[in-house]
Order: sequence, then C-alpha cells, then structure tokens
Amino acid sequence: MAEQARISAQNLDLYYGAFRALRSISLDIAEHRVTALIGPSGCGKSSFLRTLNRMNDLVQGARVQGKILLDGKDIYAPDVDVVLLRKRIGMVFQRPNPFPMSIYDNVAYGPRIHGESNKRVLDELVESSLKGAALWDEVKDRLSKSALGLSGGQQQRLCIARSLAVKPEVLLMDEPASALDPISTSKIEDLIRDLRETYTIVIVTHNMQQAARISDFTAFFLSGELVEYGSTGAMFTNPKDQRTEDYITGRFG
Amino acid sequence: MATRSAFHEQLDNLQHDLLKMGALVSEAIEKAVESLATVNVDLARQVIASDDTADQMLIDIETRCLQLMALQQPLASDLRTIGTALKIVTDLERMADHATDIAKVTVRLSGQKLIKELVDIPQMARRVVTMTKEALEAYVARDVERSKKMIAMDDEIDRIYSMVFDELMGIMQNRPETVRQATYLLMVAMYLERVGDHATNLGEWTIYMVTGELKDMNQ
Repeated sequence: MAEQARISAQNLDLYYGAFRALRSISLDIAEHRVTALIGPSGCGKSSFLRTLNRMNDLVQGARVQGKILLDGKDIYAPDVDVVLLRKRIGMVFQRPNPFPMSIYDNVAYGPRIHGESNKRVLDELVESSLKGAALWDEVKDRLSKSALGLSGGQQQRLCIARSLAVKPEVLLMDEPASALDPISTSKIEDLIRDLRETYTIVIVTHNMQQAARISDFTAFFLSGELVEYGSTGAMFTNPKDQRTEDYITGRFG
Repeated sequence: MATRSAFHEQLDNLQHDLLKMGALVSEAIEKAVESLATVNVDLARQVIASDDTADQMLIDIETRCLQLMALQQPLASDLRTIGTALKIVTDLERMADHATDIAKVTVRLSGQKLIKELVDIPQMARRVVTMTKEALEAYVARDVERSKKMIAMDDEIDRIYSMVFDELMGIMQNRPETVRQATYLLMVAMYLERVGDHATNLGEWTIYMVTGELKDMNQ
C-alpha cells in the first residue's frame, strides 16, 4: 500500500486455547483513513480488531504470535503500558454502553482516570469531544442529566465522544451502527467520515453497503485468513479473489 | 449456502430480455435493408412499427436495472452485470432507431427506381447483423475473446463504408439528378456504420462485465 501505514500487522496469529482464530495476518492500516474489516461471522475480523489494542489480553487462553507495530513499535513488547496503549487506540463497541452517570461525567471519565482534574480543562475537553462526536448541539443544555436518558443513536455518539476525550490517535469500532435506526446510522457514518481527518479508523461491519460508503480500504477475512485487502472502490466493483466476489455478492454467507 | 437466489434469477431474466431485444433489433436491421433494396414500403412500415416494441423494452429493462440497484444494492460482478445491461440496452435501442431510419429512407424512395443495384449496403447490413449476434452471444457466454473478435469485424464495416462513400460521391458528381437519392443512400451507409459502432460498444461492455476493465476499442 502506498499510503503511510500507522499500524502494521506482521504475520499475526491469534489462538484461543488450541483454536487458531487468526492465521498469519499481515496488513498495513493507513493513517487518516477508514479501514473496514468485513467477512462472515466467525471469520476473525472482530478478533483482529481486538488484537489492535490488546483487548484479547482480557480473554482467558488467548495468545498472540507475530507483531503489531504502532508507529514502528511492537504493541506486544513487554515494556508496553497497556492502559496507555488503549488511550492511544480507543474502542467503540456494538451496543452503546454509557456509564450510569451524567453526560458530562461520561465524557470526563477517561481524562479524570488519566489524572486530569482541572475543571476548566475538563469543561473544554467535554465540549470539544461532544462537538467532535456531533452531539454537542443536542445535549449542551442537559450535560448534568443522566446519559441513560439519551436515544440509542445519541448514546453511541456519546460513547464516541467518550473515546475522543482521551485524545486517541486510532479509533477501533466494532459494528458501531448495527444496533441503530437508519437516521442514527447515517449520522454515525457522516461522523466517521469527518473523524478520519483527525484519527485513523478501523471498523468492523456486517453491513457491506456501510463498508462501501464509509471506508477507504477494505479487508476481507474468511476462516481466520485475510483473503483480500485493497481500496474499497476496487474491492466492491472488481474484487480479485473469487471468495471475496462470492461473499460480497451474497453467493455464500 | 447460496443466498440471494431470487436476485440472481432476476439478473438472469434481465439478460434473457436483452437477448430478446437483440434479436428484435437484428431482425429490424435485416428487414430495413431488404425493404430498401427492393423498395418495399410495406416491409419498411413494419420495421417502423416495431420500433415501439424496442422503445418499450428499453424502458422496461432500464426500470428493472434501476430497481435492482435500489433494492438489491448489487456489488462486484453483480454491479458490473447491471451496469452493463443499462449501457447495452441503450446501444440496442439506438440500433433499432437506425433500422427505423433506414426504413424511413425506403418510404421516402417510394415509387422510385434505385440509381443502382445495392450491393455494398446489403453486405454492410449482413456484417453488422453478424456483429450484433456475435456481440450478444459473447455477452451471454461472458466470452472476452469472442467479444474481441467481434470488435475486430468493425474495421471491415468502416472500410466498406468509405468505399460506398466514394462510389456515391462519384455517381453524384457524374449524374447530378441522383444527388437526392444518393444522399439518402449515403445516410443509410452511415446508419449501418453507426450500428457497427454500437455493436463494438456491446463488446466493450461485455469485456468490462467480465474483467472489470473498461477500454475504448473503437479506434
């Protein structure tokens, strides 16, 4: 890939116990681009996403071989501070998971954990993060209200704001719009397109049209292997591998 | 497990109807040129009437392509198949229009004796009809090589066209009273030359559908 790689997976294997969930994945993720990971359930795309900020560390029996370089440095090296790593590489999950606290406190949560206590700094962070997540105008008059009173789409944008508040460099998204209605989905998609100006984004989606709409690059996974990786435009008009063709045209799956 | 079988059946039906339209167009060109060679106005009027059918098929196929795009959001080869159908149907409809144009020349020449026996024009017609049939066969078979061979046939059409052009010019210069009819015949030769170009387009789109690569081969 000609683009500047922000993250580079090199011969990555992931095992859950004896099960080999990822098979020698090598893939460069371009900076300030949206990379979509697609493939049928169980293909390894979410597992791969989770290796990128070591979320699989939390899974018992999970074991990684190979390397993942962030700016050239292996994130699995022994001296890596995982908390700091996850600050740099944030994650947004499928179901919105706001904390049962106010909108303000949800967004301020991360910066506070990382030691920020200055009220003015926190106010600014909350505002800029909510603006970054295209939610500010809808919630600015009720920041002290519970986040649980927001709609599903608003909750998901709040979760994105919460990720942005710790100033990450990379955002991982695991089907961020799959539990949302079409209008909320399209807001999230617009947001993702805007966020790529500032962040590098990797998104797992089951929705092929969504991958086509929002991503610059697409990676197709099947049975733990990376089958094909390339520009989204080429992938969805003229895939090179027959298995990709069969999957995206719905001939199996 | 195979999925989206209803969608793929609709794609097959679309191709089937394109073939039917192609057969209609080929027949219209054959009849139009025959009507001209024999100055048979009744036959010409049949061709002109059949153009409504081609127009209707165009609208029907276009509507279905657009509906499939909206409802099925096709990707990869499915997307190329529908994109190709949309382009091909336009070429076929233009070919049908040219058949009508030729038939209208026959109507204009009603009651006249031809300035010469037609040899090259019927030959051009036979060749463009062969090209059209080959183009459609190659399209259905998704056969790139066959498309390329068909496209190569267009050179001969262009050669005959330029021959007809020179011949008719010569006749007009020597016998000014033929200018009106010779001009009509020249237009017919040009319509047939255009039909050859449309057949070339069918081949280019077939190659695109199969390979994903779009090239202008009409040099």
